[in-house]
Amino acid sequence: MVKNIIDVRNLSKSFDISSKDPGLKGTIKHFFRRKTKSLKVIKNISFEIKEGEVVGFLGANGAGKTTILKILCGLIYPSEGSILVSGYLPFRRKENFLKNITLIMGQKQQLIWDLPPIESFYLNASIYDLDKFEAKKRIKKLSEMLEIDEELFIPVRKLSLGQRMKSELLAALIHEPNILFLDEPTLGLDINAQRNLRKFLQKYNKETNATICLTSHYMKDITSLCKRVICVHNGTISYDGELDQLLKKLSPVKEILIVCQSEEDAIKLENSGFTVVNKNKNEITIKIKNNSITSSLKAILNNFEIEDLYINEPPIDEIIGKILIKKDYDL
Amino acid sequence: MTLRKYFKVYSKFLHTSLASELEYKTNILIDLITAILSLIGSIFLLSIFFQNAGSIRGWDFEQALIIQGIYTILNGITNTWFNPNLTEIVKHVREGTLDFVLLKPIDSQFFISLKKIAPSGFLEIILGFCLLLYCIKINQINLNLSFLTLCFITIICSICILYSLWFFISTTTIWFVKTWNATEVLRSFLYIGRFPLNSFSFSLRIFFSVFIPIAFITTIPSEAFLGLSQLWKILLEVFVAMVFLFTSRKFWVFALKFYSSASS
Repeated sequence: MVKNIIDVRNLSKSFDISSKDPGLKGTIKHFFRRKTKSLKVIKNISFEIKEGEVVGFLGANGAGKTTILKILCGLIYPSEGSILVSGYLPFRRKENFLKNITLIMGQKQQLIWDLPPIESFYLNASIYDLDKFEAKKRIKKLSEMLEIDEELFIPVRKLSLGQRMKSELLAALIHEPNILFLDEPTLGLDINAQRNLRKFLQKYNKETNATICLTSHYMKDITSLCKRVICVHNGTISYDGELDQLLKKLSPVKEILIVCQSEEDAIKLENSGFTVVNKNKNEITIKIKNNSITSSLKAILNNFEIEDLYINEPPIDEIIGKILIKKDYDL
Repeated sequence: MTLRKYFKVYSKFLHTSLASELEYKTNILIDLITAILSLIGSIFLLSIFFQNAGSIRGWDFEQALIIQGIYTILNGITNTWFNPNLTEIVKHVREGTLDFVLLKPIDSQFFISLKKIAPSGFLEIILGFCLLLYCIKINQINLNLSFLTLCFITIICSICILYSLWFFISTTTIWFVKTWNATEVLRSFLYIGRFPLNSFSFSLRIFFSVFIPIAFITTIPSEAFLGLSQLWKILLEVFVAMVFLFTSRKFWVFALKFYSSASS
């Protein structure tokens, strides 16, 4: 049985937030008497993650995804609840715990700006107590996986965003952590760079069985990496389960474009009881429930003269968008 | 094992920051020229003070030069280590890059206090020592082991007090986010340390001894150099340095509990 590597029970986190009225009067008032209120950003959530799992955290901006990641890696103290990551209380930041994890943030960098990435790698290697030989071996292996070579010897400030992100990954993985916390790792990257990064993460997960917790606003990151998603809405978990199941729940029907051999066939099909979305001469678009798609298509192919047929999956961004904007979406 | 690791990491810090600084040759050159001109300017200012009066409250020009020498060494240490590292704490907190420091399996105070060095400050340290050697000669001070030990202890204590004060102020950035001005005020107070404490009025002497212990930073080491210092003063400086170091450490650990990281 695969063991739980992350165990979160009744976690809550509150922050003191100050608010300011607009205008000069508001500014002066804010300077002398600051109005602060306690804001509960994470509200009594519980979940567990198994070793080797890749879990995507979905949610709108400000939903609490990054706060959860930061609590899990020990950067932020929780207000209530219990958390165990790899058997450790994360906020104690014990040396062995820190050697087991890594945090990669798409919009922040740890590489030394004026020096080639290789210098930062060796610095990190010394912090993680790796000898020169071992560090060299790991850098070689990871740079091959990430397909970077010459870039290792060019100052960071001269690298493209994609090259920099790959180097950031290498710097963050040199100690071969078991748990990766990735906060929007593909932010700002072009399509090819995003694809390469995803390919690398898939390969890394497969080869090392590392657990990956990922937040991203690019749905492609989620669909190609995560089997399981946790949807966060206003600090609570609105869904925790397989991505496929979520998509089925949110989009129970598929649209099917059928090109009939004649217009008469299209009329016959229109009157056969299917929900019609659109009809244009011999082309007709109908909606079919996911659970009856095989039987319905079989009946159509048997009873009508069909020239061509297209099954349109609804765009995933659109489906996920629904749970991000609708506050009371029932999952 | 741990100590070896810390030495190894520090040698990497030295290597990477030297390499970073050497990327900008002109900047280093300008910093070096500034350090020389700054010392010449300070000695000139001091000579104006002593031009009409042979001595100020028992300190003559040659003795006051010792304070200037110690101040130059401390300023060099400030510019080499404190300024590039401790002012960065504000940036780390504002931009959320403190996250990377806290997630490294190494002491965060060590990392954040020593990661960078500005090599141009080395020249100030060397110039300060040269000035002290000159002062030893003109003040006809006898060099012996106990004298050197006392001088060394007092200077180390001064460095610890200065570091702790600066680190303490920078740590408050975890709550207040922007505290550039506070460290600038501390630097301004440090300028006062170029003059003997006796040259100030009684109330200012109390202020610079109790509230902002500039007195401990330059005057006590200078007195040790001149053989004027009393044992209780040196012991007091050692005690104050230890209390400051301990408090800054505890304060950092306490402050981290309130770190909320920057939003992404």
